[in-house]
Amino acid sequence: MAFGLRGVHAPHRKNTAGMSPVIMDTPKTVTIPTVMHIGAPATAVVKKGDHVDKGTLIAEQNGVVSSPVYSSVSGTVTAVGEILLSSGKTAPAITIEADGENTVAASVVPPVINSREDLINAIRLSGMVGLGGAGFPTYVKFGADKPLEIQELIINGAECEPYITSDSITMVEGAEDIAFALEALIKYLNIEKVIIGIEKNKPDAIGSMKKIAEANDKIEVKVLPSQYPQGGEKVLVYHTTGKKIALGKLPIDVGCVVCNSTTIASIGKYLKTGMPLVEKCITVDGSAVKEPKNIIAPIGASLQSVFEFAGGFKAEPKKVLYGGPMMGITVPSLDAPVIKNTNAVLAFAEKEANAPKTTACIKCGACINHCPFGINPPMIAKGLKENDLELVKKAGAELCMECGCCSFVCPAKRPIVQNNKLAKAALRTAKEVK
Amino acid sequence: MDSKLHISVSPHIHSGISTQRIMLDVILALLPAAVAGCIIFGLSALAVIAVCIVAAVASEFVFNLIVKKEQTIGDLSAVVTGLLLALNLPANVPLWQAAVGSVFAIIIVKCIFGGIGCNLVNPAITARVFMLVAFGSMAKAAFPIDAVAGATPLVELAEGNMPSLMDLFLGKTGGAIGETCALALLIGGIYLLARRVITWHIPAAFIGSVFLLSFLIEGFDLTVALSLVLSGGLFIGAFFMATDYVTSPATAWGKIIFGVGAGLITVLIRSFGNYPEGVSFGILMMNILNPYIESWTPRKLFGGENI
Repeated sequence: MAFGLRGVHAPHRKNTAGMSPVIMDTPKTVTIPTVMHIGAPATAVVKKGDHVDKGTLIAEQNGVVSSPVYSSVSGTVTAVGEILLSSGKTAPAITIEADGENTVAASVVPPVINSREDLINAIRLSGMVGLGGAGFPTYVKFGADKPLEIQELIINGAECEPYITSDSITMVEGAEDIAFALEALIKYLNIEKVIIGIEKNKPDAIGSMKKIAEANDKIEVKVLPSQYPQGGEKVLVYHTTGKKIALGKLPIDVGCVVCNSTTIASIGKYLKTGMPLVEKCITVDGSAVKEPKNIIAPIGASLQSVFEFAGGFKAEPKKVLYGGPMMGITVPSLDAPVIKNTNAVLAFAEKEANAPKTTACIKCGACINHCPFGINPPMIAKGLKENDLELVKKAGAELCMECGCCSFVCPAKRPIVQNNKLAKAALRTAKEVK
Repeated sequence: MDSKLHISVSPHIHSGISTQRIMLDVILALLPAAVAGCIIFGLSALAVIAVCIVAAVASEFVFNLIVKKEQTIGDLSAVVTGLLLALNLPANVPLWQAAVGSVFAIIIVKCIFGGIGCNLVNPAITARVFMLVAFGSMAKAAFPIDAVAGATPLVELAEGNMPSLMDLFLGKTGGAIGETCALALLIGGIYLLARRVITWHIPAAFIGSVFLLSFLIEGFDLTVALSLVLSGGLFIGAFFMATDYVTSPATAWGKIIFGVGAGLITVLIRSFGNYPEGVSFGILMMNILNPYIESWTPRKLFGGENI
């Protein structure tokens, strides 16, 4: 691609590519946080001792930027307590003891869609959040209160993170759900064009999405180079449409809405069945995992139970991640639950878990030259050290999406992403003080 | 809570590249030139190389001991500095001078500024210039014309005895140990490019501008212009010394400006200066200008219109 943004060639390690997801055994208990999205925590509407079914509302949406939460199993609420999130904050969480029946709630019926409002409301009620990234409530993206002019709906099937294959297998096996959702979205929302962006190392997903595109001339598949971070929102928008999103702007400011492919498939599933987002297809992999595979896990299942279903550990896990190794978040404990936007859980043994030894910066410029956005990390570091926030800003710190290309290529193994995060926090604080 | 799990900021994998690996690549890339030097100039060349490397590594080791810094000789950068300096010296340089030059490069130019990554100018280049000024090591006056590694092609060129282009390319001429054989340097340079240790920008801009300017100054005589490109320390300077990360710009345009600037100064000194060779001064001058070049040539921020 002549005009492509830069990045890195991270190892693919798609060990689970093409593996059909296996439905996980129902765990004994699930612990479901009320905040699995960006925005206000949902408000618990059940109490200890209540019986719930699969698909029963257990926490209702709280304000516009928020999302409802449903039970992923049938059983009895045993606690409405607190859970430690991977961010280090705590959030209310509902623990349910499963009865193993997986009885479906009576409220689970396919929604009737006759208008834009019906569709937006359905997406809201499905509990859908951005499943590829930060978990932003999906219905808000599509225009919560007013119709949007969407020139391009971009479906993110890049899946550029190493190891993860859950999106691509969903594009293959959930193709009908994706087609069903796209048909409704195109019909009721103002969408001129749908572009499905997929990295070229996923021929199966490309093939299945091309079939959908053949049936609808508003849908187009764009095959992208396998280069990390192809799936970064701004990167994907640029590489599929050529549009640049400036600092502080959203895709919709340039007429785009970006949705992960699994989000679209999950919307399709909801429109068909009425079952809200209560389970996720996730990739379970990493050097400590005995039998890497894709599994369908109920939201709230502990990572311990997920790893056990993948044959347990072949080495002691020393680092466990939500997501891929480039941007994944470490979890403090195997008690951490599968949440809405979990697309993979990876467990690594000692060797991969240890942080590499940091040495002096040799000013090779690899961090600058591999950054998709042209950020200057050494300048950020200098500005931060000298408390020169103007320099930090000029170096582009605010643009940093923490994709990790800089740290990945640094020969001195400097903690560049960490430093950029500090810089962004310093700029935010300075702004607040002002 | 399971306290045995590591908590850290992403990313959780690394490309595997290290400073040590980069330095090792530079050493490997310099080997053809070192071997060619030993073949052309004999065992005395090997002695100079050995003395320079040992003196460089030892002085860094001792400096770190004295100032109680973590030992850094494992990164192999001192080996690179010692080897580069040796290849920039004539084979008949007194060994004590070679050792003094190495110690100067490591202690004065690198260590007291804070060690690897903190030096303002390239250690080997600066030591070469220091030796030129202090001992006259590379100047015409220092050597009898018939000495093994005596008069460089540039001196001969100035006197009208021009060696053939093929002799220049293979290095069968006078000069420093590692600078004469353009072929060996080219092999090393291509290796560094293939390993992506360096990019094409600085060597192309440097060598290209020397060629063009020589072509102009020498009255559009292609043979003379090519001789000037193949002479002196241009290839070793353009591929191995001007590309030093610490003292050259990070961005493509910065590198091009750096290379063209170094080429311009080289030709000006060669044509109008007192010294027959200007590569070292060209690089050294651009080292000094490097912070400015870097500030003039940032990468454009994507979506940074309102910063």
